[in-house]
Amino acid sequence: MTNHNFNGGKWTKEINVRDFILSNITPYKGNDSFLSGPTDRTKIIWEKISQLLSEERNSGGVLDVDTKTISTITSHDAGYIDQDNEVIVGLQTDAALKRAIMPFGGIRMVLKGCEAYGFDIDPSIEEIFTIYRKTHNAGVYDAYTEEMRKAKKAGIITGLPDAYGRGRIIGDYRRVALYGVERLIEEKYKELEQCNVNLSEEASIRLREEISEQIRSLKDLIKMGEKYGFDLSKPAQNATEAVQWVYFAYLAAVKEQNGAAMSLGRVSSFLDIYIEKDLNDGILTESQAQELMDQFVIKLRIVRFLRTPEYDNLFSGDPTWVTESIGGMATDGRTLVTKNSFRFLHTLDNLGPAPEPNMTVLWSEKLPVNFKNYCSKLSIKTSSIQYESDDIMRDYYGDDYGIACCVSAMRIGKQMQFFGARCNLAKALLYAINGGRDEKTGLQIGPEFKGVSTEHLSYEDVLKSFETTLDWLAGLYIDTLNIIHYMHDKYCYEKIQMALHDKDVLRTMACGIAGLSVVADSLSAIKHAKVKTIRDETGLFVDYDIEGDYPKFGNNDPLVDDIAADIVKLFMDKLRKHKTYRESAPTMSILTITSNVVYGEKTGNTPDGRKAGEPLAPGANPMHGRDKNGALAVLSSIGKLPYEHAQDGISYTFSIIPKALGKDMDSRINNMTALLDGYFANGGHHINVNVFEKETLLDAMEHPEKYPQLTIRVSGYAVNFIKLTRKQQIDVINRTFHEKI
Amino acid sequence: MKNQIKGRISSVETFGTVDGPGIRFIVFLQGCPLRCLYCHNRDTWDPKGGKETTVDEIFNEILKYKDYFRFSGGGVTVSGGEPTMQAEFVAELFKRCKEHGINTALDTSGFADAQQLESLLSLTDLVLLDIKQIDEQKHKNLTGVGLEKIHRFTDYLNDKKIPVWIRYVLVPGYTDDIKDLKGASNFIARYENIQKVEVLPYHSMGQCKWDELGDEYKLKEVQTPSQEEVDRAQEILSEGLNK
Repeated sequence: MTNHNFNGGKWTKEINVRDFILSNITPYKGNDSFLSGPTDRTKIIWEKISQLLSEERNSGGVLDVDTKTISTITSHDAGYIDQDNEVIVGLQTDAALKRAIMPFGGIRMVLKGCEAYGFDIDPSIEEIFTIYRKTHNAGVYDAYTEEMRKAKKAGIITGLPDAYGRGRIIGDYRRVALYGVERLIEEKYKELEQCNVNLSEEASIRLREEISEQIRSLKDLIKMGEKYGFDLSKPAQNATEAVQWVYFAYLAAVKEQNGAAMSLGRVSSFLDIYIEKDLNDGILTESQAQELMDQFVIKLRIVRFLRTPEYDNLFSGDPTWVTESIGGMATDGRTLVTKNSFRFLHTLDNLGPAPEPNMTVLWSEKLPVNFKNYCSKLSIKTSSIQYESDDIMRDYYGDDYGIACCVSAMRIGKQMQFFGARCNLAKALLYAINGGRDEKTGLQIGPEFKGVSTEHLSYEDVLKSFETTLDWLAGLYIDTLNIIHYMHDKYCYEKIQMALHDKDVLRTMACGIAGLSVVADSLSAIKHAKVKTIRDETGLFVDYDIEGDYPKFGNNDPLVDDIAADIVKLFMDKLRKHKTYRESAPTMSILTITSNVVYGEKTGNTPDGRKAGEPLAPGANPMHGRDKNGALAVLSSIGKLPYEHAQDGISYTFSIIPKALGKDMDSRINNMTALLDGYFANGGHHINVNVFEKETLLDAMEHPEKYPQLTIRVSGYAVNFIKLTRKQQIDVINRTFHEKI
Repeated sequence: MKNQIKGRISSVETFGTVDGPGIRFIVFLQGCPLRCLYCHNRDTWDPKGGKETTVDEIFNEILKYKDYFRFSGGGVTVSGGEPTMQAEFVAELFKRCKEHGINTALDTSGFADAQQLESLLSLTDLVLLDIKQIDEQKHKNLTGVGLEKIHRFTDYLNDKKIPVWIRYVLVPGYTDDIKDLKGASNFIARYENIQKVEVLPYHSMGQCKWDELGDEYKLKEVQTPSQEEVDRAQEILSEGLNK
């Protein structure tokens, strides 16, 4: 059954959500004056959730865990917050904020998570996933080499998704609303038929098995809908159903997978088409339309996974990365901003700021000016939005891509990635100086090669040795990821998410680096100043004396900015040399999330003058306190990093006090919009925008109870400030705040 | 085209948002004839301090940010110190700016001989004029110089129809007397080219620079004025606009 109330097109004959959007969208260039406040029903639900969130905080971060049920799409009965007042329904378990256990990625994560928060898991579950059913985690450790274990332990490669779900896969959840599940199953059966040749090849057999799994998960999705009294087999017939269908599809994914980042995609302007139609037909009011978005967003705010405190150290604040990509331009020149782009963002006003969903505005110089200024206003008010360059990404991914996690762009339903966390390039530089030995333990981690032998560091020597180190590291890193993703496909395959993809998807091998600014500054110090080495009694280089000044990254100075850009290309080219699992295309991100703090702890003194244990800068940020020429100089340095060699994204986090943006609200909005326009016109890819006083953060550290919703943007996502560890709070406060007035 | 006129620059700020409209590249020049007790750029007084820079060098820096000027309606502001002390350098810099369509603003105390600045002022789109005090004696006490030169400078700007924004630093006990504020308002009312009056609340953030130079900072006890006091001053001074 197709819906005859929309403009037809290719989308009626094949699965093609983009065509549906472009055939039916109503771009909106007006301002925010049409928006409605929260309805009474929304207020009641949000009040209840706020109460539960506070209980969750007070109980140490986890409110409740269902320790008896292995989570699947159909494992739990319908759950409600307050059925009479819920316009959009569906929970991961039978109660809000009750976490599910998902052991297919690894039983140890489940056990340790339960133990840390004082819950006892049903012993039979441990038995099943230890003795009878192998997990992704177990598979990975069967195949890891000794060298991989050592590199992980030393902390030169960390944050790897080898103990839980890898995430960063976006199902095209819109397909469920547009086509209904029955039609999607039919299409999957057709795909299965296409895969009945070349069955001597492992890849062909694997694909047949995967599609069969996908079909099974789609059938489960229908069953899940039935538990709530909905028939998902048919297309959504109105706006309420469209939102509900999209949410159910997403809910199925977060019932099945505890992926590191479970992003939503690009749904708001798709949903606008249904809302616009219902508004025109007179069966929906603006207030009701907003209510749909508010209640949808409430649901997205309470997605939870059971994680361990170690995980929290790396990726603080219980993030789920329910990233929604908003705005952008179509390749035909029209804007994809709709009224619903405003409504989605407006939830920050109606419900107050929050870290999730991870609101990501796809920025183009050509976006309607009213929308730009609305975003700027909300950023100034809530610090809850990140911006990414649609003008850069549209060239690579067309006009129906979304952001997974923080900065990873992918065509929706047509592309996925193998999430590869990151390696620590600052540490790699120290290995280069020390001939493969770890600067903290003295252990030989990399292959033994000639390190530095002179008292003063020579740029040529260090660079040559750094190349040798990176050659080794790139190979080891890619192979580690090959093992991880082979095992994940085998033991923890994302059935429902991949069911909402085409049969043939483009896969990327998403590598990443941390510590870029430390490496650039260190090399700059070696090149432009004199760096004297200090050894310990075993001959290990452990500290550095810098004589003279040197150009530092973040000041728009080509003498060092070029070094940073060269390092990005250098490492990317080394990654490109290696064979990857499923012939995935290697890419790289410059992103740390909050792991820059832990990486710093694991990294010794560096030749730029940074002391052992001090945090690295987050993402592509300059080291704090080293940028002296103001915000635009920093933006320019970041903008020079080459996206073509870091296609998995380049993250920059920007913090400014309100007064430094301008004297009054109008000029602050004007300047913020111009800052974004200018940054992206000059090569910037991503920016987190924080606008607040440092004093607010200091006060929140002492009186967290006063700031339950204080949200800040860190590298690529947003967190409740009060949920960060104290160390991370201090790191955020120490970072450069642009405050010259 | 090479230009070797050199100036002494104290520092730059790429993201200036409070010294003129839009996003502005601020060049802080070295050297100042005034000795304001509350000066928050104490380090810029010495005309021999700072770093010697050619017009080429600084203009090449500025050009890197021209997109931001275009998007925000901003431009370049030369501040200080007292920028008119290096008028030839600033004039050459502004000439380059105008050739590239970049808006120019001059942040000055007005303690300068306007006749000698004709070429500079003809290239200036906006003057940010600091009125410190309207009472001659109090002005001398506060800044070390008298008012006459400043008044003649303001007259000149009016004759040449150069737009002016008045900036008035509200220092409790020094510049916030109602009588002085009304006097300043009457002064503003005499001119037709004044477009805007901005009251800047005194803050003590510049004190550390005095300490670094081993100078005694005399306003240690002075507090930042309250929002009500700032609003009141703004109201009185604004009465002088459009009269």
